[in-house]
Amino acid sequence: MAIGVASGLQDKPWTDPSARPYVRIEGLSKSFGDVAAVTGVDLDIFRGEFFALLGASGCGKTTLLRMLAGFEEPSSGKIYIDGVDMAGIPPHRRPVNMMFQSYALFPHMTVAQNVAFGLQQERLPRREVADRVRQMLDLVQIGGLARRKPDQLSGGQRQRVALARSLAKRPKLVLLDEPLGALDRKLREQTQFELVNIQEKLETTFVVVTHDQEEAMTMASRICVMNAGMVEQVGTPHEIYEYPISRFVADFIGDANLFDGVVDATGTGSTRISSADVGDIVVEGGGAAAGAPVTVMVRPEKIQVLAPEAPDPGFNTGEGIVREIAYLGGMSVYHLELPSGKRIQLARANLMHTAETPIGWDDRVRFHWHPANGVPLLA
Amino acid sequence: MTSPRKPLDGFRDRLCRPAGLGRTVALLIPYGWLLLFFALPLLIVLKISFSESLLAIPPYSPLVEWVDDATLQIRLSLANFQQLLQDDLYVVAYLNSIKVAAVSTAVCLLLGYGMAYGIARSAARWRYLLLMLIVIPFWTSFLIRVYAMIGFLKDNGLVNNLLLGLGVIDQPLAIMHTAWAVYIGIVYSYLPFMVLPIYAALDRLDPSLLEAAGDLGARPWKAFLRVTLPLSMRGVIAGSLLVFIPAVGEFVIPELLGGLGTPMIGRVLWSDFFANRDWPVASAVAVAMLVLLVVPVMLFDRYGARSLRERR
Repeated sequence: MAIGVASGLQDKPWTDPSARPYVRIEGLSKSFGDVAAVTGVDLDIFRGEFFALLGASGCGKTTLLRMLAGFEEPSSGKIYIDGVDMAGIPPHRRPVNMMFQSYALFPHMTVAQNVAFGLQQERLPRREVADRVRQMLDLVQIGGLARRKPDQLSGGQRQRVALARSLAKRPKLVLLDEPLGALDRKLREQTQFELVNIQEKLETTFVVVTHDQEEAMTMASRICVMNAGMVEQVGTPHEIYEYPISRFVADFIGDANLFDGVVDATGTGSTRISSADVGDIVVEGGGAAAGAPVTVMVRPEKIQVLAPEAPDPGFNTGEGIVREIAYLGGMSVYHLELPSGKRIQLARANLMHTAETPIGWDDRVRFHWHPANGVPLLA
Repeated sequence: MTSPRKPLDGFRDRLCRPAGLGRTVALLIPYGWLLLFFALPLLIVLKISFSESLLAIPPYSPLVEWVDDATLQIRLSLANFQQLLQDDLYVVAYLNSIKVAAVSTAVCLLLGYGMAYGIARSAARWRYLLLMLIVIPFWTSFLIRVYAMIGFLKDNGLVNNLLLGLGVIDQPLAIMHTAWAVYIGIVYSYLPFMVLPIYAALDRLDPSLLEAAGDLGARPWKAFLRVTLPLSMRGVIAGSLLVFIPAVGEFVIPELLGGLGTPMIGRVLWSDFFANRDWPVASAVAVAMLVLLVVPVMLFDRYGARSLRERR
């Protein structure tokens, strides 16, 4: 998902050390009584980004969002929006609008009045308010519902009203708390792309909270994975999926096979690791001290099935018995039991109606993965 | 072959089916109650208001009478209602009652909204204690509480002694037997009826609506005016009716605390019934008051409440 390229915004501002972030979060912590909700978060979010805060419920992502909106005061740390310290600035004076998880539509106002509410606070002329409301309702494709009350709308329509209301003031930063959480699966998938299109069209910065990793992967320019109030990893969806830095991230995003081992020898550009489960593992990159414990992660679709007559590669290889097969349509996932008793997952795309070498229950399967596909985890 | 159904079968089925029977009984109880203790007495009062005063038992003329063997005569006397319009006493008492009730309702609304808002905003562990404090006065008889007010308000009562002791005043304030005492008594007695419905409305208010208003740039007082107040309007209206309607007909408070300067329709009614023993005029006073109060309330219910429902 490329962002803001056409608008002259930099494609990947986070790679440029001289770029000034639009939102800067420094050492942010928040505790409620004895319970720490957010601990020591540092983040830079750039203009035009679609930034996702991803984590399980209770990981502190919503608290972080509420601190950006000004509903919660940080216990310590700083938030700068466009270079301005937000400490002590109440929500109504922040250049930020939020779309609430519950939508929080005003039940006594029509759709148009809901969307107009923020504009009226700016004391815009009546005609301009009406024009802007119409634009916003057209943008989210509910122009015909302007006179309805929220309780006369479906869930999907309410979601659009909430979105239109949060965009109406053309804020430079929009906060979205589980914006698609209440929609059913089909509608959610359609709306994901629409949300990205709207964000590109308006050239605003979106910070979205979600617990759905697929949603985050589809929409976000960068994802911040949170766990227990702390940031685990920040990166593009590609980086997060292919190069997770911790067991938690590897497990949380997609499926992962984890092999524990000990560093054997460090060569130039590659490292050899010995593992109890699959013998020798070779990964790219060097620098690790011999004898250090390490965990190697391999994604299920990056493990290949070896033909019975293929020669033994000598590393990153093993043999297992098929215990489970999950047929997912586009692909099948095989659960192999290794001689050590460990189970691993192996995914194969179903390219043809009938596979040339079908794999069945209790088959013995040999497998191998390329050294580039193994990722040593730091934590 | 089944026998053809007779016209009343359906009705009998519905009445005799176990569930249907239970339903009928359950409906009969409240309707029977209303009929016996509300509609019937009301009709009797209405009947008396159209009769003439007599020195007899009962002290009014019958409405329906056999004049001779073959003539049934109905005599509807409108003299009582005429008297209400002609005698200044009644007009002044009605107007004064409405004024006292309106002012008391307004004061109750201002105080009660503040209290309800404060309770709704307080921490959960305090909220029930505060609500209890609102309800506890009901555990004492209304009459006793009004009597107790005398102890507060009289010339050598608690309020005057306190103010004298503090040196704020050097003469006791004459509160008893003035309109002030009536207002204080009504506001004190009826305040809970204002607080509770408003609290119920505010308690239902989703706090994220206020956050949304703030987020969209509304200062706190603006958010209050445009979100909190309209969404608590049902409580405000319910509370206002619960205070206004009984306050108009209030008898005990003006009788015990008020003086001759505060004629109220409840007192007039009482003296017509018991001092003058003029039941027909007293009944006419009651009927007129009912019409005066019920008609606007019904109109409000028809139009005001509907527009409120639409705004929801």
